[in-house]
Amino acid sequence: MANMSHNNLNAKLVLLGDMGAGKSSLVIRFVKGQFLEFQESTIGAAFFSQNVSVNNATVKFEIWDTAGQERYHSLAPMYYRGAAAAIIVFDITSMDSFARAKKWVQELQKQGNPNMVMALAGNKADLEDKRKVTAEEARIYAEENGLFFMETSAKTAVNVNDMFYEIAKRLPRAQTSQNPAGMVLVDRPAEGSRSSCCA
Amino acid sequence: MDEEYDVIVLGTGLKECILSGLLSVDGLKVLHMDRNDYYGGESTSLNLIQLYKRFRGSDKPPAHLGSSRDYNVDMIPKYIMANGALVRVLIHTDVTKYLYFKAVDGSFVYNKGKIHKVPATDMEALKSPLMGIFEKRRARKFFIYVQDYNESDPKTHDGMDLTRVTTKELIAKYGLDDNTVDFIGHALALHRDDRYLHEPALDTVKRMKLYAESLARFAGGSPYIYPLYGLGELPQAFARLSAVYGGTYMLNKPECKAHDRTCFKMEELSSPAMNFPKCQVEFDAEGKVCGVTSEGETAKCKKVVCDPSYLTNKVRKVGKVARAIVIMSHPIPNTNDSHSAQVILPQKQLGRKSDMYLFCCSYSHNVAPKGKFIAFVSTEAETDNPETELKAGIDLLGPVDEIFFETYDRYEPVNEPTLDNCFISTSYDATTHFESTVVDVLNMYTLITGKVLDLNVDLSAASAAEE
Repeated sequence: MANMSHNNLNAKLVLLGDMGAGKSSLVIRFVKGQFLEFQESTIGAAFFSQNVSVNNATVKFEIWDTAGQERYHSLAPMYYRGAAAAIIVFDITSMDSFARAKKWVQELQKQGNPNMVMALAGNKADLEDKRKVTAEEARIYAEENGLFFMETSAKTAVNVNDMFYEIAKRLPRAQTSQNPAGMVLVDRPAEGSRSSCCA
Repeated sequence: MDEEYDVIVLGTGLKECILSGLLSVDGLKVLHMDRNDYYGGESTSLNLIQLYKRFRGSDKPPAHLGSSRDYNVDMIPKYIMANGALVRVLIHTDVTKYLYFKAVDGSFVYNKGKIHKVPATDMEALKSPLMGIFEKRRARKFFIYVQDYNESDPKTHDGMDLTRVTTKELIAKYGLDDNTVDFIGHALALHRDDRYLHEPALDTVKRMKLYAESLARFAGGSPYIYPLYGLGELPQAFARLSAVYGGTYMLNKPECKAHDRTCFKMEELSSPAMNFPKCQVEFDAEGKVCGVTSEGETAKCKKVVCDPSYLTNKVRKVGKVARAIVIMSHPIPNTNDSHSAQVILPQKQLGRKSDMYLFCCSYSHNVAPKGKFIAFVSTEAETDNPETELKAGIDLLGPVDEIFFETYDRYEPVNEPTLDNCFISTSYDATTHFESTVVDVLNMYTLITGKVLDLNVDLSAASAAEE
């Protein structure tokens, strides 16, 4: 859920798309500025946070990667719960991965929060000579389904930061919290006072 | 799926998911399957449509109850002791980052026909209408003894060795009457029956300390916390942990059950041409588990971890839980308007052999639409008629919008895991919190890995961050 306090906004962002489309690579490019040619399947870390500043406000993205649970369609409802934004990733060199991206969009429309900001990322844009999905085709699909579309390359960094910045701009600003805020149990000394829960 | 795994876990109940997570973090190669198309097995939380399908055979719940997706109705309702073992496991595994909690508003006990707040400290004992003026002072002294008791400091033991002195003897020293003993034993120490009176007092003293320390932790009205969106979030969070560390997840695998065939025979059977529809656990000639077959593919493994429903020939029935699930539009009467609460009805108060529990949560924990409350009445069944048996508890709820009755059997494993490498969890009991659940998980973890999980996380450093 996107929660705003003062000029800070926390926003959960989920990644969707088929194995190998480059979900983790996009996040690692965005969060760490790195790219590995042979990124292993996601192991050990599938939760990142990164701040983006837009119009006097800071958006703190809490980014959830699929941890491979998309492989056999075993993503838990918890994954979608409270997500303020989603990036659906496909590989422009694979028509299959584009077809499956559409399936993920349908799944999101079913499970996700209706105000969610959805981005469609045509990744691996550096592989122009192997392109199978035209930018026009993806753009039309995105427009028809209320997503915004960008072609990205985690390898060359093209459009990666721009995409997250664009999502941050589109997040509804004064989203009234639909749910009472809970507390997170953390294994470190609380900042400030020992917090009480339950506002 | 045609691969070899260290462990195959069957069923995505909370116990199986915690184990799957712990084993994946240990670096073992884990395949986790469930016959259902949802996470949680018996410990899932259902939306309204799923609830009506299960109990009414209809997928059309009445419109006045509100939107189906606003409901998360626990199938195993329990609260989490704020300083208890489950919180330690959550912190140890860092699964807390996927979950949001809120404290539970109130903890109550039924006594002589009335509902009272459970007094947990010496100060509360002095204020409680549960006891007369002299009894209060005796109880206060006992509470102070328990609060000050430190296992490693003999000066606080008052000359008693609590590993030998029984609870009954300890209580006799403070001259407490049976009524006081009843709520201390059942509502504070959370014993389910009266066996504890004749067992060493140390366990009861530790349980009372856990209750008081948990109560102090979040300064709420109870020692409990509960996740937003219901307990079904817990197995999902541990499954995610397992996946993050390389665990493979497959839901919606058809009926998985044990079967007496040997592995080499199964390999013939599992050729694609046979199109074998079932999912089953495979054993070698020595009776050791060697794989699981589902939809014509066999995944080999060294060990299987599962709930009792996946290996029905290796478990026996040990009891039955009776319960009512209630949707209502108000809190439990006489609980201070608590939007989440527990009420314990000690066995003696009802003339029963085991306690009855009321559990209530609501829209304030995002388990129901605005204005709606979900209450559960549960107990270890002593008859075959849950409606009559649960009446004493249901009567305390006031008018209800809807009520569903159910009994379910509890099983425990009878196999010898060192011989067959099958590690089977025990069914969830009727207790109102997760302490016994985690004990089972930790024992299974030790059996599977030969290691003891070190849960000495720094609870005093852990706190709750407001989000």
